[in-house]
Amino acid sequence: MFLINCPFCGERDQSEFSSGGEAHIVRPKQPTELSDDEWAEYLFMRKNIKGIQFERWNHVHGCRKWFNVVRDTSNDKILSVYKMGEKPPVNYK
Amino acid sequence: MPNYRIHKTEYIDETKRVSFKYDGKTYFGYEGDTLASALLANGIHLVGRSFKYHRPRGIVSCGAEEPNAICQIGSKKDLTEPNVRATELELYEGLEASSQNCWPNVKFDIGGINNFISPLIPAGFYYKTFMWPKSFWKKVYEPLIRLSAGLGKSPTEPDPDIYDHKYVHYDVLVIGGGVSGIIAAKMAAKNNLKTLLVDDKKILGGSTIYQNNESIKIDDKLSSEWLKNEIQEIKKLSKLTIKTRTSIAAYHGYNFLLAKENLTDHLPEEKKENKIRQRLWKIRAKKVVIATGSIERPLVFNNNDRPGILLSNSINKYLDYYGVTCGENIILFTNNDSAYETSISLHKKGIKNIIVDLRKSASSELIKQAESLGVKIYFNHVVTNTFGYRKINSLEIMKLSEDGNTTVGNKIRLSCDCLGMSGGWTPMVHMHTQSGGKLDFRDEDQVFLPKENSEDQISVGSCNGDFDLENIIDKTVNKINKFLDIDNQDYQDTNIICSKENDKRNIWLLPNKIPLGKTKCFIDFQNDSTAKDIKLALKEGFRSIEHVKRYTTTGMATDQGKLSNMHALGIIADTAGVKMGTLGTTTFRPPFTPLTFGTLVGRNVGKFFEVVRKTSMHEWHVENNAEFENVGQWKRPWYYPKNHENMHDAVQRESKAARDSAGILDASTLGKIDIQGTDASEFLNRVYTNAWSKLAIGKCRYGLMLNEDGMVYDDGVTTRISENHYLMTTTTGGAANVLSKLEDYLQTEWPELDVYLTSVTDHYSTASICGPNSKKILNKLFPNLDLSDENFPHMSFKEDKLENINCRIMRISFTGELSYEINIESKYGNSLWKMCIEAGKEFNLTPYGTETMHLLRAEKGFIIVGQDTDGTMTPSDLQMDWIVSKKKYDFIGKRSLYRSDTVREDRKQLVGLLTDDPKEILEEGAQIVSDVKSKPIDMLGHVTSSYFSPNLNKSIALAVVRSGKTMKGQKLIIPMENKNINVTVSDTIFLDKENKRLNA
Repeated sequence: MFLINCPFCGERDQSEFSSGGEAHIVRPKQPTELSDDEWAEYLFMRKNIKGIQFERWNHVHGCRKWFNVVRDTSNDKILSVYKMGEKPPVNYK
Repeated sequence: MPNYRIHKTEYIDETKRVSFKYDGKTYFGYEGDTLASALLANGIHLVGRSFKYHRPRGIVSCGAEEPNAICQIGSKKDLTEPNVRATELELYEGLEASSQNCWPNVKFDIGGINNFISPLIPAGFYYKTFMWPKSFWKKVYEPLIRLSAGLGKSPTEPDPDIYDHKYVHYDVLVIGGGVSGIIAAKMAAKNNLKTLLVDDKKILGGSTIYQNNESIKIDDKLSSEWLKNEIQEIKKLSKLTIKTRTSIAAYHGYNFLLAKENLTDHLPEEKKENKIRQRLWKIRAKKVVIATGSIERPLVFNNNDRPGILLSNSINKYLDYYGVTCGENIILFTNNDSAYETSISLHKKGIKNIIVDLRKSASSELIKQAESLGVKIYFNHVVTNTFGYRKINSLEIMKLSEDGNTTVGNKIRLSCDCLGMSGGWTPMVHMHTQSGGKLDFRDEDQVFLPKENSEDQISVGSCNGDFDLENIIDKTVNKINKFLDIDNQDYQDTNIICSKENDKRNIWLLPNKIPLGKTKCFIDFQNDSTAKDIKLALKEGFRSIEHVKRYTTTGMATDQGKLSNMHALGIIADTAGVKMGTLGTTTFRPPFTPLTFGTLVGRNVGKFFEVVRKTSMHEWHVENNAEFENVGQWKRPWYYPKNHENMHDAVQRESKAARDSAGILDASTLGKIDIQGTDASEFLNRVYTNAWSKLAIGKCRYGLMLNEDGMVYDDGVTTRISENHYLMTTTTGGAANVLSKLEDYLQTEWPELDVYLTSVTDHYSTASICGPNSKKILNKLFPNLDLSDENFPHMSFKEDKLENINCRIMRISFTGELSYEINIESKYGNSLWKMCIEAGKEFNLTPYGTETMHLLRAEKGFIIVGQDTDGTMTPSDLQMDWIVSKKKYDFIGKRSLYRSDTVREDRKQLVGLLTDDPKEILEEGAQIVSDVKSKPIDMLGHVTSSYFSPNLNKSIALAVVRSGKTMKGQKLIIPMENKNINVTVSDTIFLDKENKRLNA
């Protein structure tokens, strides 16, 4: 059970949050211009990394805010949290 | 009756005699006893039959590792408990326990015949035998296995006990109250860290607390005396909480641990009442100190499972802690020094004993002490066989060869009534590995040890492989200082004297002249797997330890292999010729010892099982006989039976009334989201498939919401209350998810939009009145409101007051009838409802529930998201292309609507079905085919909604069918268990296609 440091509320139990999958997948501005393959790339393709992964979390039973998390999936350590719109910490690239 | 209690100890209160029943017979023990110690005091070793061969089995240990002495407690249907370890169960007045897994009784057990046919039931027996014929499985094999494989009986009635959950936060959690745990807890708490110390026993002190050997001293005191002092001291520390009878069940990530505290299991029946039985502690600790100690290993030799064969150290504890001797003529069989402590203790109490030691020779303080007491020691010898059916009465030993691979010389037969075995010690690394820690292997004494200690978790004491007291204390102090970053000097000058073990010799499978195939060298006592089974598994090609475990079931019993896993690994390594360290271990999974379901569930039983949401009209529904349906957490009226009507009759009556005159529905549970902001219109444009910018203030519009994959996600009517203010309704079940999804897009994709979302589902109650007379009822309630079609047309919204209370009234319809929804602040919901009912009396206003609502909307072909859709339906599949805007540049899911897969013409599509026999009602979920003769039968789709319509006087159904759009008028078949039902594909709208009734 993770302890997640919500950037708005502070450290809370995982049960207050819901996970939103991979982060930094931007919705295409002009979906109608995309081919089936390009749209499928956005819609379906997700990484499943063993190691450092960037993910979205929602403090759904708290402030309801979405934010980003850097997590090492091999040991579940959360290395960093940052708000939506902020750039991912470069040292984890 | 024999009495094996031979001396007084401070842990047994001889003034408090306790009577208890075991297998129907009454015995006596004392307060402080466990069931096991009391049984042993009465000379009872035989406590059960083994799982597979039904061999007589006795008490082996004195703790959580016990494989044999598991019993059924109590006989009441609601309070009986199986698989309780007698070694952990504290004795109380009136305790009733019985042995398990034997029939008709423990002394004469019919299953014992398995022992003689054992060559026929080798490892993997079940897999090999019960495979064919297939038809035998259900009727023959399964009942047979279930009958003979009983591990106790579960209660058959609800558990009346109270259980509790508690969340706690600590700076430091110390698991285990032995010497290292006590030291760690004291150091932490004295340094002002909020500390919790838990131990599964009744008192702290581990195995040191009854230590009384003169060669082991701390500051010139017996180690037990020194430790008692320490315990007195830590009890004074204000920062330290001590929880005894509390065992850690699971160690999860981020130092989140579950512990079970036993509160009343040791109390007599009358004192248990109305008290919490067990409490589950949910612990978050910044740092965790694991001091769980180690458990003694058995030795693997022929017939090592007879009653009267125990772990050597357990014999010592029964003697020095409980004052009970396990025999009068004891042999100790060992490969290490710890059995000598037992020997010396026994000798002091006048119990004759002999030591058989695997080692060629050994020297240490303890051995010198035993020798000087005149204890006979057979070095370099091995026990090769034991005798005695219900209890051991003698054994044979032989000399070991130089390499230890065989025996040499002649057998020596020794008589005895008890055998203590010690194969060394296994550190309890369960907690370390559960937390994600890795293990190292130490060849010297063949133990797995915690590899690295992380910054928030550390192992100390014998669970870290430190076995002698000096080592334990010194290392614990050093490690804890470093771990907690403190500088505690309390133990700087502590003077520790202890015997040091210098000689080791480990042989996993002891040699024997008898071929292995003819021996019974047990590894797992509870699951009856032997060394032979392990070797057979290897011979048959199993290599991975995880596979061997499952094939032989070694370590898979309720004791989870606490005594057997190491031996299984050792024998696999030896047989396969690999190093044990490279083999790895099986996974240690929680819980460490079994938990009751009650503990896990806590207070969430009965009416607290789940959160229940009730509308403010709920009481009225109850008073008026409603049957309820669960929709999400909501309780919704399902139908209102009158004069003992069944559901069908009630629904027919309700739906007819709604179409003929007027009906009223509690629609409060629909999700309501308040949307405000200058970009609210643009936001709705992006989330719904249809256009919203041009919706006039005071008007309502139905909207369909898709997922980005183009599939229908939710629907509902949204009302424009003012320029930048909308009220969205969602399905009852989808409310929370829709809000979450909308927030997601707002916060992450379109943060530039000025839009605010607020859930107002609970803020408003809604009464929905429909039917040709609804306008007249509305007129009575709101006499000043102009209800004319010109002023208040379909799909529009007005505000008015009901006795000075604001109401939002929408003229919208989910039934196809003229219909109004009145929204009022929830606290007035019940009053509103009653006023509607009162006003509607003269028009036979009939309350109807969800079932009638479903029927009425089905007559009109309105979909229910989640019933007629399942996450694979596009708007086009639902024949709802009309609601998808062609002009809008983008909305959620738009691009997916022309993916090659979504434009396929042979997708499943929503159609209506009419049965050839109008009285025949289809079953929802029934499969639809066109041809029942060709096999395999081609499944075309399934029925999603089905009702008998009283208004049309025939059966109607909605279904999804492959290429359904093109099949209108076509005949299809619904094959049922005993007949085929013929149907014709129809339009989805069955009633009032012209929508005349909306303005009736």
